[in-house]
Amino acid sequence: MKGPTLARHLGAGAVAVALLVPVSFALEPFRAFQLATVAAYLCATAGLTVLTGLNGQLSLGHGALMAVGAYTVALSQTAFADAGVTGGWVLPVSFGAAVGATVAVGALVGVAAARLRGPYLAGVTLAVAVVVPALTVTFDGVLGGEQGLSVPVDPPPAGLGASFPYERWQLWIAGAATLPVLLLLGNLVRSRYGRTFRAVRDDEVAARLAGIDVARTQVLAFVVSAAGAGVGGGLLAVLAQSVSPGAFSLTLSLSLVMAVVVGGLGRLAGAGWGAVLLVALPDLTHSVTGLVSFPPALAQRMAGNLPLAVFGVTLVVVVVAAPGGIQGLLSRSGRALRSRPDPSTTHHP
Amino acid sequence: MDRFVFLTLDGLSRGAVYAAFALALVLIWRAARIVNFAQGAMAVATAYVAHSVAAATGSYWWGFLAALVAGLLLGALVDVAVMRLVDSTSPLNPVIVALGLVLLIQAVLGMVYGNEYRPAEAPFSRAALTLGGVGVLSPYDLFVLAAVGAVVVALAWMFARTGTGLRMRAAAFAPAVARLLGVDVGGMLTLGWALASGVGALAGLLVIPTELGLHPHAMDLVFVSAFTAAVVGGLDSPPGAVVGGLAVGLVLSYVSGYAGSDLAPLAVLVLLLAVLLIRPGGLFAQVTARRV
Amino acid sequence: MSTGELLGVRGLVAGYGAVPVLHTVDLSVPPRTIAAVVGANGAGKTTLLRAVSGLLPPTAGRIVLDGTDLRGTRVEQLVRRGVAHVPEGRGVVGELTVDENLRLGGLWRRDRADAARALDEVYQLFAPLARRRRHLGHQLSGGERQMLALGRALVGRPRLLLLDEPSLGLAPRVVAQIMALLRQLRDDTGLTVLLVEQNVRSALSVADQGVVMALGRIVASGPAAGLRDDDHLRHAYLGF
Ligand SMILES: Nc1ncnc2c1ncn2[C@@H]1O[C@H](COP(=O)(O)OP(=O)(O)OP(=O)(O)O)[C@@H](O)[C@H]1O
Ligand SMILES: [Mg+2]
Repeated sequence: MKGPTLARHLGAGAVAVALLVPVSFALEPFRAFQLATVAAYLCATAGLTVLTGLNGQLSLGHGALMAVGAYTVALSQTAFADAGVTGGWVLPVSFGAAVGATVAVGALVGVAAARLRGPYLAGVTLAVAVVVPALTVTFDGVLGGEQGLSVPVDPPPAGLGASFPYERWQLWIAGAATLPVLLLLGNLVRSRYGRTFRAVRDDEVAARLAGIDVARTQVLAFVVSAAGAGVGGGLLAVLAQSVSPGAFSLTLSLSLVMAVVVGGLGRLAGAGWGAVLLVALPDLTHSVTGLVSFPPALAQRMAGNLPLAVFGVTLVVVVVAAPGGIQGLLSRSGRALRSRPDPSTTHHP
Repeated sequence: MDRFVFLTLDGLSRGAVYAAFALALVLIWRAARIVNFAQGAMAVATAYVAHSVAAATGSYWWGFLAALVAGLLLGALVDVAVMRLVDSTSPLNPVIVALGLVLLIQAVLGMVYGNEYRPAEAPFSRAALTLGGVGVLSPYDLFVLAAVGAVVVALAWMFARTGTGLRMRAAAFAPAVARLLGVDVGGMLTLGWALASGVGALAGLLVIPTELGLHPHAMDLVFVSAFTAAVVGGLDSPPGAVVGGLAVGLVLSYVSGYAGSDLAPLAVLVLLLAVLLIRPGGLFAQVTARRV
Repeated sequence: MSTGELLGVRGLVAGYGAVPVLHTVDLSVPPRTIAAVVGANGAGKTTLLRAVSGLLPPTAGRIVLDGTDLRGTRVEQLVRRGVAHVPEGRGVVGELTVDENLRLGGLWRRDRADAARALDEVYQLFAPLARRRRHLGHQLSGGERQMLALGRALVGRPRLLLLDEPSLGLAPRVVAQIMALLRQLRDDTGLTVLLVEQNVRSALSVADQGVVMALGRIVASGPAAGLRDDDHLRHAYLGF
């Protein structure tokens, strides 16, 4: 089973590359930038879906883990730039460092998390979400305080032509970072590990009786999930070309939870919907409010906050009315259309 | 030594606020088995009510009163309009819904009031009085201690001595039996939410003038500290919440005073992890195993 | 009508989920009567009591108390209509003290003075409870819990008492005391009791009326003495 799945996923990856390149040429720069942002969020939401949806551990701290990845990329890129080192391998090394750092932090939180349940786990990860961004001020000598750090990134290679838009280059970077993350997570979900993740989520006692090391499984899920968040954070740093605590506040962590819940926790595809929502909803509210002429002060306050209000309402409504999220609704209507059981949708929590 | 005395007294005053906020968390946890992660945001919302009413009437105290009333109403509203509808067979659901409320409340506050810090005035001087040459509590600290003390005593009296308190406890411990004995269990739950939210509003009103000021996120770190306090005391124990709150206040005061206030957030996180990993039932628990 | 019947159950169907446990149960209990409901494990006795007190909404049929249909009456209102339900497993609140448990039984009453009097009477009736006022519910023995549950129901001065297996786990002497108490309350205060019992012999000896249930149906009912002496019934359903 494993071989064919891997082959299928590699095939899907090849198709994605084959699609993404022409799409990147078709999109105007702003849309390319938005798509790149979706990719950045997707790394984090996919990781969070694995953790919360498949392993049953709720993390409110993934915004903070993204911050760890982002700041690592920022520090690493700055170090290379200061040393005058350039080259195509610089950015991948920075991302490697980001993954290493988030895996370390994720393991730390994961070891604690494996011993905690329900509201205690939520509380600890919430504390991580609130405290970690504040550390940038505590250690402002290195981390730049409220102002944050800038992230030097090399321009697109000269070979692509002088008129090659920077946003298109950013989209390529985002694609190159996101595809491997999705490939790995997709494979993991369908592997033996994925099954143990779900077994632990469904019934810890039964999983233990079946010989699964529950704590180790939970730490592993946390680490994998953190690595995804680290790559996503690194991408956000590269896209914004700067990092600051404000970009990784508690609100980001909560928005990620919103994204995965509304997208649908049961399947990795839900993470995709969630990532799209994170970018599309603000865009949508922006265009809707653009139709009404508000006084400028109010318009400015609305711009940052209205999308978050929509996130909040959506989250509440989805949990109350459609706990399966978007992907749950799609699977259900898809099943109704084909009116035969779909074996791939039997893992909803 | 003088500094130690000052930091201790300051920590107790700070801790009193955490105690009140932790008490609010414990009230809802006992009644509904929900940790109200929206409590910080709800408290900030009522603090903005106080701000607006105080600005309109020119009196701090009208604002204070309005915020407490708003707290009670908001708590009842959250219970009736949101939490009642949540299927809590999965313990994740109430938590996630509370987070949705956090996003919503903070965003609405940002839209109405903007995302800048607004100065929050204290009704009494915050300059420390000196006693024999040693700086001790400020008049405001005394007010905080008195207000929290009054609320703790009033709640303790209500739960231990009044029929309503007895009904609330019965409804929380044994809802089915309570119904058979004529207790309106749903009503008691709503009352619990209202009281908890009112206490949370008080804690917010008291703490915000001592921090950076009024801001939609003003209670984020306070929430984490108070959650830590509630965990230190054991989520099920109101007296534990009070002791836990004072303990967390002292720890943070010493850390801020001796090592720098920048380290306070890190200290909260370390303290929370330490308590949960070493003594997960809270310092006062008889049983250490706890699974939720 | 109201003179001949305090509790009427007509065509009652009730169950958990889709499958009914009670199939068209009919029952009529006159005032000042002790009616014993007996039957094998799983016959539906507890389910019947839960349906009467509204804990389990019936899927069909009616429950009539003193001439009024109880449909739409909420559980917490029933105690105000004079119905007290001592559930299976007694329902003592372990986190509350004996005194608090007892006071809870009379909290709904407007007449505070009489509630206080009723509390005193219960303490006189059950001396062990008076000695343990400040003990927590979960510190009591099984017999003490049964006294507490019964006493708590009596603090509300009910007209109709629904008792689910009061004898469970009690010494025969204590059971006899409780049964005697029920008779005394019936005679003194006009109490009506719907008594679910495993202990068929003692239940039928104290009761005026007997009801035999099997597989969710009432298979026999009539004067308790008659049921006790019916050999066929004893062999078929009661096993003694
Ligand atoms: N909560 C429940 N959910 C589903 N089925 C139930 C539930 N409670 C009881 N039942 C079923 O209903 C049937 C009747 O149960 P009930 O408790 O009324 O029996 P009983 O006569 O009181 O038995 P016992 O003498 O053992 O107390 C049984 O078959 C039981 O399995
Ligand atoms: Mg029974």
